[in-house]
Amino acid sequence: MTESLLALILVFAIIAASVALYTDELLSAVIAVGAVGFSGSIAYLLLGAPDLAITQIVVEVVSLVLLIRVTIGVGLRLTSGPSSRKRITAAGAALLAVFALFLISLKTFAAFGTPVMERIQGAPSVFYIERGLELTGAANLVTGVLLDFRAYDTLGEATVIFTAVLGGLILLRRKGRKNTGDSAEDAG
Amino acid sequence: MLYYLTCLLFLIGVFGLLTQRNIVKLIISVLIIENAVNLFLVLSGYREGGAAPIITSVTSQSRISVVSVDPFPQAMVMTSIVIGLSVLALMTAIALRIYHIYGTYNIDEIAAKIREKKE
Repeated sequence: MTESLLALILVFAIIAASVALYTDELLSAVIAVGAVGFSGSIAYLLLGAPDLAITQIVVEVVSLVLLIRVTIGVGLRLTSGPSSRKRITAAGAALLAVFALFLISLKTFAAFGTPVMERIQGAPSVFYIERGLELTGAANLVTGVLLDFRAYDTLGEATVIFTAVLGGLILLRRKGRKNTGDSAEDAG
Repeated sequence: MLYYLTCLLFLIGVFGLLTQRNIVKLIISVLIIENAVNLFLVLSGYREGGAAPIITSVTSQSRISVVSVDPFPQAMVMTSIVIGLSVLALMTAIALRIYHIYGTYNIDEIAAKIREKKE
């Protein structure tokens, strides 16, 4: 039941992704990619990941706002023509090769419904599940992993976010630094 | 079958990245790839009929290791989603900057303008 529902949602996401890439209007492309993100959120809910579903909704709303900021006021029509035929055939050939690799590698993958932790001896997930409550005191094991067992990863995440915010501020500031010499030619 | 569908989503994103000539479309392709990879990772941790990895009175400590889905991919995908947002913010900032300077999102036209400037 869950599997067929998930398949339906994924097919919807695939259709939305194709629409996003091949529509002529940038604004509708942005809306379509929002549909991909929200279907992902529903899929997370079905997969037993409520934290992820909530995060995905928030992130998707913010990213829609960002993308609409990029597209609005630009003129909704896409000015560029289609890509050259040569490029499309080259990309298609490359992707066929990659898809063949996926087919081969997914053959060794266990069927859907058996988690990775059951196939690997001494997987860290088993330890997290069994001792998580006792060692971290968090009933929600995902937050236990995020903020305790793998806190360094979360610290790195915070660093990445901080760097991205700094980069965005530097790129978008209205007033550049005072022109101190001959080197800076366009500060605006 | 579900794994193959996420692969297809990933490939659509890569195809867009290779063939599109508009910066906004390139950003959209990156978003699609990101969604596909996140979905694949969470799918790989799913247990048939599994419960969320939260210890409650229904899924008690003694039963959680048999009924819960894998919490580890979920935690890592949580990090990945948030990082994806910050990367998107940076990408949109760069795109806006490029639009302010060159007045277009088409990378062919931008390349032509840069070549003009050089000559």
